[in-house]
Amino acid sequence: MSVIQELHRQLVRKERSATEITQAYLDRIAAVEPTLHSFLTVTGDRALAQAAEVDQRLAAGEEIGLLTGIPLAIKDNLCTYGVRTTCASKMLEHFVPPYESTVTQKLQAAGAIMVGKTNLDEFAMGSSTENSAFGFTANPWNPERVSGGSSGGSAAAVAAGECAAALGSDTGGSIRQPAAFCGVVGLKPTYGLVSRYGLVAYASSLDQVGPLAPTVTDAAILLGAIAGHDPKDATSLSVSIPDYTQALKPDLKGMRIGVIQETVGEGLQPEVKSALEAALKTLEALGATIVELSCPRFAYGLPTYYIIAPSEASANLARYDGVNFGFRAEGASDLLEMYMKTRAQGFGAEVKRRIMIGTYALSAGYYDAYYLRAQKVRTLIKEDFAQAFAQADVLVCPTAPTTAFKAGEKTADPLSMYLSDLMTIPVNLAGLPGLSLPCGFDREGLPIGLQLIGNVLGEETLFHVAYAYEQATPWHQQQPQL
Amino acid sequence: MAKAKSSKRQASKTSKTAKSTQSTSTQQAATIAPEPTPVDPASLTYEAVIGLEIHCQLSTQTKIFSSSSTQFGAPPNTNIDPVCLGLPGTLPVLNEKVLEYAVKAGLALNCQIAPYSKFDRKQYFYPDLPKNYQISQYDLPIAQHGYLEIELVDENGTARRKKIGITRLHMEEDAGKLVHAGSDRLSGSTYSLVDLNRAGVPLVEIVSEPDLRTGQEAAEYAQELRRILRYLGVCDGNMQEGSLRCDVNISVRPVGSNTFGTKVEIKNMNSFSAIQRAIDYEIERQVAAVKAGEAIVQETRLWDEATQQTRTMRVKEGSSDYRYFPEPDLGPIEVSAEQLAAWRADLPELPAQKRHRYETEWGLPPQDARVLTDERGVAEYFEATVAAGAPPKLAANWIMGDITAYLKEQKLAIEALPLKPTELAELIQLIEAATISSKMAKDLLPELLTQGGSPKALVEKKGLSQISDVATLEAMIDEVLAAHPNELEQYRAGKTKLQGFFVGQMMKKTCGRADPKLTNQLLAKKLNASS
Repeated sequence: MSVIQELHRQLVRKERSATEITQAYLDRIAAVEPTLHSFLTVTGDRALAQAAEVDQRLAAGEEIGLLTGIPLAIKDNLCTYGVRTTCASKMLEHFVPPYESTVTQKLQAAGAIMVGKTNLDEFAMGSSTENSAFGFTANPWNPERVSGGSSGGSAAAVAAGECAAALGSDTGGSIRQPAAFCGVVGLKPTYGLVSRYGLVAYASSLDQVGPLAPTVTDAAILLGAIAGHDPKDATSLSVSIPDYTQALKPDLKGMRIGVIQETVGEGLQPEVKSALEAALKTLEALGATIVELSCPRFAYGLPTYYIIAPSEASANLARYDGVNFGFRAEGASDLLEMYMKTRAQGFGAEVKRRIMIGTYALSAGYYDAYYLRAQKVRTLIKEDFAQAFAQADVLVCPTAPTTAFKAGEKTADPLSMYLSDLMTIPVNLAGLPGLSLPCGFDREGLPIGLQLIGNVLGEETLFHVAYAYEQATPWHQQQPQL
Repeated sequence: MAKAKSSKRQASKTSKTAKSTQSTSTQQAATIAPEPTPVDPASLTYEAVIGLEIHCQLSTQTKIFSSSSTQFGAPPNTNIDPVCLGLPGTLPVLNEKVLEYAVKAGLALNCQIAPYSKFDRKQYFYPDLPKNYQISQYDLPIAQHGYLEIELVDENGTARRKKIGITRLHMEEDAGKLVHAGSDRLSGSTYSLVDLNRAGVPLVEIVSEPDLRTGQEAAEYAQELRRILRYLGVCDGNMQEGSLRCDVNISVRPVGSNTFGTKVEIKNMNSFSAIQRAIDYEIERQVAAVKAGEAIVQETRLWDEATQQTRTMRVKEGSSDYRYFPEPDLGPIEVSAEQLAAWRADLPELPAQKRHRYETEWGLPPQDARVLTDERGVAEYFEATVAAGAPPKLAANWIMGDITAYLKEQKLAIEALPLKPTELAELIQLIEAATISSKMAKDLLPELLTQGGSPKALVEKKGLSQISDVATLEAMIDEVLAAHPNELEQYRAGKTKLQGFFVGQMMKKTCGRADPKLTNQLLAKKLNASS
């Protein structure tokens, strides 16, 4: 059952007021935050004020949209007017934007209520939220495990029922991987489908905003509300947005589902592999044809990403210099020292590492060998996908090679941390939509994610397949015990 | 021919700061040891090799990537918005007018317009650059491989024309401005304030080939460029307000050499004459140094208006690495053939074309053609006057003389002048038809300049038309002669200078309306005939 549709029904039938609903979520936040730390900022007063407005509208007999009065959580790298937006960085600890991101603007216009800003890896760089300057977010299924990253706060908040649904951002898997780790649905849309205006940039050619939600239907509703052309984003596509809920059909007759061979080999946790195999059987039973196919350059996604993303990041993060806004270090005696102290103290280790990698890759004499070559490989990866989509309507693979790992397990080894995004990264490089949904649990009760990859603007097909699978399986009905 | 070609290719390399150091130092090595027998550098004649990099602010209402105003002189940090401040999460969106203006400038400079172009990020840290990268164009500029023609007129009025190559023209955003407090210069200031009104103002950077040889040529090139941009209406060219900023790259070499000497960059010239003087000074300085066997240091020098000298600003330590890469926030720039044709059709006739036409079709001296075409408004006024029937040279004289003086005195643009071209043409025609004298026309001018209107009507209203009727004049002459018998007697006794006196009397009698030429003729006949 879609959480948003259920809350909407309650509001319209006046079974519960928006204030009651919002207060219930705020109570849940208060109860589980000491364990989880999904939020960096809880905007309780503001949420209740918004809820009161919704109640007035309902009392006045106004018709309301599906998202009106629905409490949502927003990843803290989306700028919110008057509400601090930290990117989980000391650099922006006290930064209050004088402007609103397009996506939150759209949600506000739809009457949605923001309960707070969620935790993330600093500047969305990471796979566990352990790179947050303000503490990591625990996994609701097991607080000793990470929630994934970088949208770990949003994923945990959805899984723990701290909000009806949430927004995250995904540059190399930052929506899908935490969705998989926390047992929720997460979608990274086609590049350009959702405006990036107000999303604090990490890697501009890869970043996309997308929904994290308890069900496929909720994700489809949320995407419909945030997608669409934005004149403030030159990379946003001029396409009309369908009603994605119309795509939600229970059978898969005639659907060709491709299994990327390169993703089912070594390195997979056995339970992840068996969950994938079981999922394929379910899909087949629903009427789909399973096609085995190859994306030979799939594995090059990871190294390619770790050139392109840091390169763009090194420029995007140059503006944090202590001059006009954000953190400025004390005690510098000249400009250069101010720059150096500010950036040395304001950024965490992973951010610094990526700035240095990117700066190196773009330097004179290295540009051709690294950045330019990476762009060429990116083109080849796109071609692989294009060929795959000649044979299949949707591709499937695990969202991550493993289930949620232990907090602290990989922090000392960045490379092993990077490997947890192996399956999601190529999708960003190709600009394709990718969706993760629960497909089982491992021995320790941790959720396993199934990734569906769509062709350009293939969101409807993704929702169709995901919905059919979801309706045929029990995974989404399970709740973490907190 | 081959020589010129190879030098051009190298020069375009030196025009890009990022790659210049290495190439120039190898060029320097080549110049030092060219011949087996050492030549005394003092015995050689030298020439300068000069290239200009000019930044022009485009006259759009709003900034290149955001909606803030571009107006000059607003209080600090009032023409700003989240995008031009580079605040987190903001994105640039190209102002379409900027592309149109840049393409039109490229077309007017005879450039090839790139059908596919893009923006790049140029990275360097400086407090006036909010993002610490400038959105500019690197390897695919919007326009390349053009030229403009300069015309130099010598003391004898002879014109010499020269084509100056344009390497490239690209679009970019301007940076803000630092105000150093506690001192008028960076050194000695206690702190600095940042004004970001200018951040994001659209610029085109226009890089010339090193085809210039003298300060005069460089100044003329810069002036001609300014003229063209003003004709197009894409840049106001105001050097005092920084709408047009010129950097000079200059080196010297023995005449006949096809390699380059070490390049020096000069900045801080805010007039065309300063460009000329700075270059002339720098040529002299460099030639003296080379002749004395000293090495030229690759550096940036400032023109000091007070001392009329250039002085070291900073010495280049290695080459800077701007780590350019394609701007991912902006898509590629594609100019369709239809759009290009439409913009081309929009171009006005440019100053050089007008000069040629004035000289060849209307026979104007080069100097006149230059003066008249300096401003598009003046040229159009002149052409409208000619079109209304005025002989070109006479129209030119009136416009370059009394009208220009009046405009200057009143600080008025010619477009705002009450006297319209058709009215000026009418005034000239009245003189041509001898209805009024030039002297009378000049007397009428102040009223016409301030109020406009038909000169013919004014002449009639004032009853000022010239008396050119022979019988009337003869009768009046008879009266004057009769009134001055003494003077007449003296004249006839040989004091012929007195003809002036009688002309004066005629003018007095007619309030200046007597046709002077005719009066003189008739008077002479009468004075001499009856003796």
